[in-house]
Amino acid sequence: MDFSLTKEQVLFQQMIKDFAEREVKPLAAEVDEQERFPIETVEKMAKIGIMGIPIPKQYGGAGGNNVMYSMAVEELSAVCATTGVIVSAHTSLCAAPIMENGTEAQKQKYLPKLASGEWIGAFGLTEPNAGTDAAGQQTTAVEDGDNYIINGSKIFITNAEYAHVYVIFAMTDKSKGTRGITAFIIEKGTPGFSIGKKEKKMGIRGSATCELIFENVVLPKENMLGKLNKGFGIAMKTLDGGRIGIAAQALGIAQGAINETVRYVKERKQFGRPISGFQNTQFQLADMNTKTEASRMLVRKAANKKDQKVPYSVDAAMCKLYAAETAMEVTNKAVQLHGGYGYTREYPVERMMRDAKITEIYEGTSEVQRMVISANMLK
Amino acid sequence: MKIVVCIKQVPDTTEIKIDPKTGTLIRDGVPSIMNPDDKSGLEMALQLKDENGAHVTVITMGPPQADLILREAYAMGVDRAIHLTDRKFAGADTLATSHALAGALRKIDFDLLITGRQAIDGDTAQVGPQIAEHLDLPQVSYLEDLKFDGDKTFTMKRHIEEGYQMLEVEAPCVVTVLSSANNPRYMSVGGIVDAYQNEVEVWGFNEIEVDEKNLGLKGSPTSVHKAFARGLKPAGELYEVETDEAVGIIIKKLKEKFILN
Repeated sequence: MDFSLTKEQVLFQQMIKDFAEREVKPLAAEVDEQERFPIETVEKMAKIGIMGIPIPKQYGGAGGNNVMYSMAVEELSAVCATTGVIVSAHTSLCAAPIMENGTEAQKQKYLPKLASGEWIGAFGLTEPNAGTDAAGQQTTAVEDGDNYIINGSKIFITNAEYAHVYVIFAMTDKSKGTRGITAFIIEKGTPGFSIGKKEKKMGIRGSATCELIFENVVLPKENMLGKLNKGFGIAMKTLDGGRIGIAAQALGIAQGAINETVRYVKERKQFGRPISGFQNTQFQLADMNTKTEASRMLVRKAANKKDQKVPYSVDAAMCKLYAAETAMEVTNKAVQLHGGYGYTREYPVERMMRDAKITEIYEGTSEVQRMVISANMLK
Repeated sequence: MKIVVCIKQVPDTTEIKIDPKTGTLIRDGVPSIMNPDDKSGLEMALQLKDENGAHVTVITMGPPQADLILREAYAMGVDRAIHLTDRKFAGADTLATSHALAGALRKIDFDLLITGRQAIDGDTAQVGPQIAEHLDLPQVSYLEDLKFDGDKTFTMKRHIEEGYQMLEVEAPCVVTVLSSANNPRYMSVGGIVDAYQNEVEVWGFNEIEVDEKNLGLKGSPTSVHKAFARGLKPAGELYEVETDEAVGIIIKKLKEKFILN
């Protein structure tokens, strides 16, 4: 058993930390404050291959692995959780399902553009009445000759406004519940497809979360992803992978909050000495760091299993559950250790605490992760 | 066009601390990096490659762990990497180092040899010019910019105390580059994935053309009389802003340090 990174991963970590520090961190507060999608950062990431890390070279990707991809989301999120989720949704929720379920023609058409970052990807499953209960989908796809006609809407879609290609789900047979859902690939600009209202969110405020609206959208049959009525399985498998990305985001937020707090407690003086000299501070930091490192081990284990192509659903659920709850706890403590200053927008821990909350909710709530984990124990 | 870039692995001196008792550098846990001037020299070579097409070779002399910066160079886009390493090279000062590098460079065909101005661990700025002397090639130091006419002439912008000097130089030649010349690119992810698939050629004394008496400790006329730590002063931050804004920044900084409430 070996817990060390490979030589390539060491080199990668050096690059991505440097990139995050110099290109992403300086924009983080502004992106949050102005609720602005950092398109210039996406362009910089695209240029060096960050938008296509685990995509094979034959499809224009970097040919890296999921451990590297999780390290990228972690390091980006440590300075800006918005940037982390842009990469995560793009890679795990759009490029990955096309890579895993697409026909050769679909892969040739979409992967090179997604991998190069020329196109940004998004994923549409959630609806106003279908969150965890995916079978409650009201978006429909009705066969019409060589086409499907799509009607309905999706909400809370990350990257929506800036994406060029979307993997979406619709009911093709309402009577069959989850066995009547089919996945489709839809491009921006398809007649009848529009972007609806943009959400005003608590955290990850730069990530452009919007509604997708389908009004009699005519999609040729070659846009079907996977087989007819097999969409639910595709959605669940895609979310398994996505959970590694979100767990890495949560891990990054926690680590970022620790980094800020360590710097702060060494400078902040009370009662004539830095507050790092107080045992309460020391014990809090020890707990924060231990849980964060435990999250990292769970994330890397799940990512490594995905790379080894062995089942990883439960590992993904565990790392997502633990890293998300750790992020919430660690950022809460980070704000507490900053005292009144931590509650102001002068210090990044305020933003980090708001950003952390979503990791307990999206791509499967903590409750859903507990269902996945316990179902596997009790089967 | 064939370009060779000399690079060196150095301790990241921005991260180095001094042992207050002994006055020596604490090197434990200090990351090693590609020397900043060298990295800008490498970027200059890669830009020439992007614009005109070129074959870029990097060469370093150093212990086995210096392999890391050659992998980094591959991930940035070079075509060939050579690692000069041999016990006979150990203990070299700048003169012995430049003899060893010149010995290797006699074995390589190039139109342009680029080195960084100086390394942040020694700050001598001697190795580049010494190589040019050993190889009897024209040299231009302290470069800010370089353009190639597509045939055999380079137009160079050289930093001098009072401003800039513009020169035209014909290949082959040697230049030393300042880190202010450009912003070196990041390693690409795809380049990192392949970095360890590429071959690093390891060359020892037998692979190069040089007189053994010029190498290592024997070939090093420099002796260190005394080393001591100078007083530490943080680098500080420079703001070029209007007075009102400057006052605001100063007050914010003083508050951050809890000097003002």
